[in-house]
Amino acid sequence: MNEAILADQDKFQPAIFAFSPENAKIVEATIAKYPKGRQRSAVMPLLDLAQRQEGWLSRAAMDHVASMLGMPPIRVYEVATFYSMYNLKPVGRLNVQICTNISCWLRGAPEVVRAAREVLGVEFGQTTADGVATLSEVECLGACANAPVMQVNDDLYEDMTFDSAKAVLQALLKGEKPTVGSQAGRRGACPCCGATTLKDKAGDYVAKEPAKAAEAADPKAGKETT
Amino acid sequence: MLRDEDRIYTNLYGFEAWALKSAKARGDWDGTKAILGKGRDWIVEETKKAGLRGRGGAGFSAGLKWSFMPKGEGPLPHYLVVNADEGEPGTCKDRDILRFEPHKLIEGCLIAGFAIGAHAAYIYVRGEYYNETNVLQAAIDEAYAAGLLGPNACKSGWAMDVFIHRGMGAYICGEESALIQSLEGKKGQPRSKPPFPAGVGVWGCPTTVNNVETIADVPTILRRGAEWFSGMGPENNNGTKIFCISGHVETPCNIEEEMGISLKGLIKKHAGGVRGGWDNLLAVIPGGASTPMIPKSVCDDVHMDFDSLRNVRTGLGTAAVIVMDTSTDLVAAITRLARFYMHESCGQCTPCREGTGWLWRTMVRMEKGNAAVAEIDQLLEVTRQIEGHTICALGDAAAWPIQGLFRHFRPEVEKRIAARRADAKHRAA
Repeated sequence: MNEAILADQDKFQPAIFAFSPENAKIVEATIAKYPKGRQRSAVMPLLDLAQRQEGWLSRAAMDHVASMLGMPPIRVYEVATFYSMYNLKPVGRLNVQICTNISCWLRGAPEVVRAAREVLGVEFGQTTADGVATLSEVECLGACANAPVMQVNDDLYEDMTFDSAKAVLQALLKGEKPTVGSQAGRRGACPCCGATTLKDKAGDYVAKEPAKAAEAADPKAGKETT
Repeated sequence: MLRDEDRIYTNLYGFEAWALKSAKARGDWDGTKAILGKGRDWIVEETKKAGLRGRGGAGFSAGLKWSFMPKGEGPLPHYLVVNADEGEPGTCKDRDILRFEPHKLIEGCLIAGFAIGAHAAYIYVRGEYYNETNVLQAAIDEAYAAGLLGPNACKSGWAMDVFIHRGMGAYICGEESALIQSLEGKKGQPRSKPPFPAGVGVWGCPTTVNNVETIADVPTILRRGAEWFSGMGPENNNGTKIFCISGHVETPCNIEEEMGISLKGLIKKHAGGVRGGWDNLLAVIPGGASTPMIPKSVCDDVHMDFDSLRNVRTGLGTAAVIVMDTSTDLVAAITRLARFYMHESCGQCTPCREGTGWLWRTMVRMEKGNAAVAEIDQLLEVTRQIEGHTICALGDAAAWPIQGLFRHFRPEVEKRIAARRADAKHRAA
């Protein structure tokens, strides 16, 4: 690693890390999930917990976890750099991740990307100037029947369009809490215009306005499916 | 079409609550003690007889896999590991089991754990499913509080614990040996087999790794009987399966259907048909990103089960049906998948680490037509050099989509190359 990169990383790095008293209890419970002598298995959940506490994963946090679990620090760095969900640099309060893999791509992920660029004014891998939001491109998020999808922090926003992506991001920037899940108003991965099976259970969830819901999911398909 | 009364996942869409009371009303945890009372051998035999093949992609007999575990209790504890690291592009079925039907999975953990002599199960859930994990944990807590799990699970005398371990964003951890490494707190890099997990698995102990859907299928199969399950679907491809239909259909959805349903029927009945009608279909990836695509002519009468799809040189995989209509740039689609495999290669085996990048860079040029026709054969040769020469199947998975593209659509790519050449000549003139 060249010195410039190291210096760049160092400017964020805090000197020390400690788990909050609340999280210290979670640490104990987490280690107890694994057999005695296998506490190393807790490294992934503990790194995640540290990241949730600090917003990102600093070297001090990794070293702290290493000493807690009796692991050489390098083994912890190996884990932290292998898994893509550990943020080794600070990220914004809103961690905006857009899937551009095949199912999302086929149903308009580029439009979601365009909306995010427009609202946030940044490219993939960048954080807004005020430090509020970080935008990144990710691989399959595992909600393909509700494509295209966007994940912000822990929440998935599904069945997105250019307009709904813009609306969700603008609301989040304002500190509001937009509806999580399908933006087309459907339940889970049920067919958009009403269940084809399990109809007796569908009750309230059969889309009340199927035409509207279908249009939101796919403007071209909207009219034909009603 | 599969009748509602033959469905395993009657809350697939979350129309009802996931919680214990509703789950019991749907039939979960009914007579679990009696099932365990029939003994370990009976459970394994009944699951074999039912013809339940693994739902995670490989399609290996679940009962047979369990029978590889050491009999009786030796000096080392046994473990059940449930693979919920769902990451195969196109696949989103396990997510809905985790958030809408968690008790089917938890009950399955108890029964399968008992069948392999395990007192603990670890469910490895992909990190992105954070909210789903919270639902699953709440359901596990309910099960403990009701005595369904714990030192005397369901009053059966069997001690059973179920834990969740969250992944952190690595597709490769869906491969069972990588998943085991990850559970041990290491980088998720696959290791060579043998030894197989049934001999040496997590923490060096005998381990069975099963997919979420496989385990969640088990309680209902044992309650309703092997014959009920094996009575559905073609021979050796029994039962029901959750299909995830995405891409260019009118209404993308998850749907539980009988194995062996025709692809055309599946799309028409549940996904509202192909956008613009069946004749507007170009190709389908039938089992998640790793399975080779099939053109419309094959889609016209292919059936959705392990053997039928193998016969047309593709696979059922995770049953993630990705539909592409005639507006699709197939070369761009496969280039995107090539980038995915490059990104997800763990870097351990040279053919995969170097090869996936090579495939992607060549596909990028193919997409633009900026290549020579002879490079197509070279590209295919590289896929064959990767395929079968790596520790795990990610190398194969990177090779197959490209092979599928050229098997059925080679002239398209040749046309692009010719067009670009003509264009260059025209400009030069």
